[in-house]
Amino acid sequence: MTKSAQKIPELICPAGTPASLRTAIDAGADAIYCGFIGPTNARNFPGLNFTIKQMEQSLNYARERGAKLLCAINSFATSPNIDIWKKAIDDAVFLGVDAIIIADIGMAKYVSEKYPNMRIHLSVQAGASSVEAINFYIDRFNIKRVVLPRILTISEIKKIHAAISCEIEAFIFGNIGMMAEGRCSLTNYVSGKSTNMDGVCSPAEFVRYEEDENHNLISRLGEYMIDCIECGQSAGYPTICKGRYNVKHRNGYYAFEEPISLNLTYLLPDLIKAGVSALKIEGRQRSKSYIREVVSSFRKAVDAYARGEQPNIDNLLALTEGHKQTEGAFKSKIWR
Amino acid sequence: MEEEGEVYPLYLPSLPLFLLQPILNHIVEFVRRKNPDIFMRLGPSANKIFLINPTDLPFFLILKPNHLRPSLRAYNNKTIIDHDVYISAKFITLLKLIDAQTDSDALFFNRDIKILGDSEAMVALRNALDDLDDSLAQNLIDSFGLLSAPAGKFINFLTGKPRSKN
Amino acid sequence: MELNIGPVLFNWQAEMWRDFYFMLADEAPIDKVFLGEVICAKRAPLFYPYFDDVIKRLERAKKQIIFSTLAEISSDTDRRLLKKQASQKDFIIEANDIAALAHIGKREHYIGAYINCYNEMALEFFAQNGAKNICLNAEISKETIMELAKKAKEFDVKIEVQIFGRMGLALSARCYHARAYNRTKDSCKYICEVDRDGMELATLEGDKFLAINGIQTMSYSYLNLLNEIEELKEIGVSNFRISPHSHSTLEVTKIFRAVLDEKMDKEEASFKLRELYPNVSFCNGFYHSIRGCEWQN
Repeated sequence: MTKSAQKIPELICPAGTPASLRTAIDAGADAIYCGFIGPTNARNFPGLNFTIKQMEQSLNYARERGAKLLCAINSFATSPNIDIWKKAIDDAVFLGVDAIIIADIGMAKYVSEKYPNMRIHLSVQAGASSVEAINFYIDRFNIKRVVLPRILTISEIKKIHAAISCEIEAFIFGNIGMMAEGRCSLTNYVSGKSTNMDGVCSPAEFVRYEEDENHNLISRLGEYMIDCIECGQSAGYPTICKGRYNVKHRNGYYAFEEPISLNLTYLLPDLIKAGVSALKIEGRQRSKSYIREVVSSFRKAVDAYARGEQPNIDNLLALTEGHKQTEGAFKSKIWR
Repeated sequence: MEEEGEVYPLYLPSLPLFLLQPILNHIVEFVRRKNPDIFMRLGPSANKIFLINPTDLPFFLILKPNHLRPSLRAYNNKTIIDHDVYISAKFITLLKLIDAQTDSDALFFNRDIKILGDSEAMVALRNALDDLDDSLAQNLIDSFGLLSAPAGKFINFLTGKPRSKN
Repeated sequence: MELNIGPVLFNWQAEMWRDFYFMLADEAPIDKVFLGEVICAKRAPLFYPYFDDVIKRLERAKKQIIFSTLAEISSDTDRRLLKKQASQKDFIIEANDIAALAHIGKREHYIGAYINCYNEMALEFFAQNGAKNICLNAEISKETIMELAKKAKEFDVKIEVQIFGRMGLALSARCYHARAYNRTKDSCKYICEVDRDGMELATLEGDKFLAINGIQTMSYSYLNLLNEIEELKEIGVSNFRISPHSHSTLEVTKIFRAVLDEKMDKEEASFKLRELYPNVSFCNGFYHSIRGCEWQN
């Protein structure tokens, strides 16, 4: 296939607030993903997300500028409170968002039966990481796009692309959770708040930072110490999968992963060749200035790629967790 | 939590806090008037007390973002006040932070900013401030009216930012 | 009331694995045995030599065998194993990933705890798709179980709940056993076999926290819903699952069987479990809508 035959992928950008949404669109996002206030989306963090009114205003802002709005309703609807999720879907359909991002099979059923014309994107939280799983969702719910879990190599993505009929969206930058999406109850185990059901991960209300006499920064989730960072070392979020632990033969090591962020800048051409049609930036919980910088950088990179030039982004390191970046699972199986 | 008026600012001759306080009052009133949504975003965290410590200046600030009676007060460093959240950084870093010109997570990762105490309240405050459009600092500067030019110069001097406007 | 044995989640020596099932076949007062590799596609072939023997012995003992499938599917190795597991037609299959449903088609099957079913619409979907039994994720609380059990009755689906053993809390593409020994998933040399109940992970302060089982992260504490069984029965749960450990699992099945049949009271059962596991901490928090690591009396 020649390069010119490839479609230039959409740039999908996060927004935790209306101001972030406007920032992302102004910085060159093709589409924004965001969610309603409450447990219906996977970034239910204090001070974040949209009222119905704000979603409506934001949708207008996007429309006027030719950008799409994808509404994330991607936590798992939980009985007996399922009506909260149904209402979020009803509201999103009523407002006329461009797609709803769904993880829960019950809600996929709800949308596909009640609103058969509504475009469904399968959330990364659904953890559909194989041809078989993705085709099942296409067959049953007519999903138009799958957001791939961050556990696949580019060559695996390529094979998936060849065997499915929907679009592929893949993460290219931001936080990289170590656990399979939609299948982690570590946070619930220590906090009583669930990632799947409440849309939280290491909720701030259970996070504590302490400084000891040597200016080491101790982070805790509940009473469990997640890390102790020496003075001068860069820090990360106290997520369980980025903490340091002891096992019988080894002390103080990052048992899952160190604080690090995903950055696939240099793999963009390979990803696009593999058939990815939407490039996703993580970070609905991050600030406007993060969004401004990351979105405009990737806008430039994607445009450079479209012109047949080599994209060059070196300014994003400061925004990464622990000031470290990785290509994660995408580059090779050795990561596993 | 301590009651309003239990602790008084100490007016030391070395730092004219009485000059600072009207400016702080103005800031709070300005934000309250222009951006009432901020309190919705804060949710229950609006009732928390934030101690802000500019490490390179001889005073610190107590922010109570309660939407009925928000306050931002300067206190002498030696005063100890009950608080829920402790934020400390160089003044310029704090200024950049409230102006949403710098990513607070990046500052935190880099340990330019220190946060202790109620993390939920801190996250809520950060996200609420982040939903303000434009430059809070610029709007504030403009809101000083006749004094806006010198105020702007002063702030830009502190943040090392060349002014694009005016 | 059924008392069932979930799949062995750990990488035991093949002979130990075989003997464990022989023992269950001969002595355990259980109804169903869930068999099959759920965690790691690389481990599966290790047990093939004894599979037929185990099946024969269990069948002779009139235990029903259900085939559990791999929980996370990404590599071609995973996909090949899943196809093999989910295509066999001799036994009912318990699907642990949506991908398995694609292979199963319209055949009667079970939904395992690694597939998310948190609401009645999801349950309805699975039921209409041919599911007869749904094992709920351990993080689901009583009020949710209650609603799901109600709906399940309408569709003639059985609800199963884990009542004993370490809880699976997360899956990953990366193998953390391999990582702990500076290896990768591909070069692991089956190092996970050194920990028969998972590798215990403590915080930097020494607090016991989690347990690593290859790509799976488990609770350090053992789930123990002994005190909740009566209530579970009342709200419509009919199937109870014990997740096996390397020691005393047989005794545990006997204790829970006696409790389910109301032949042993909770106090005695509790005392006996404590005697069997003097150094293990128990938890039941998820059921009570509090943090999972907690124990509520």
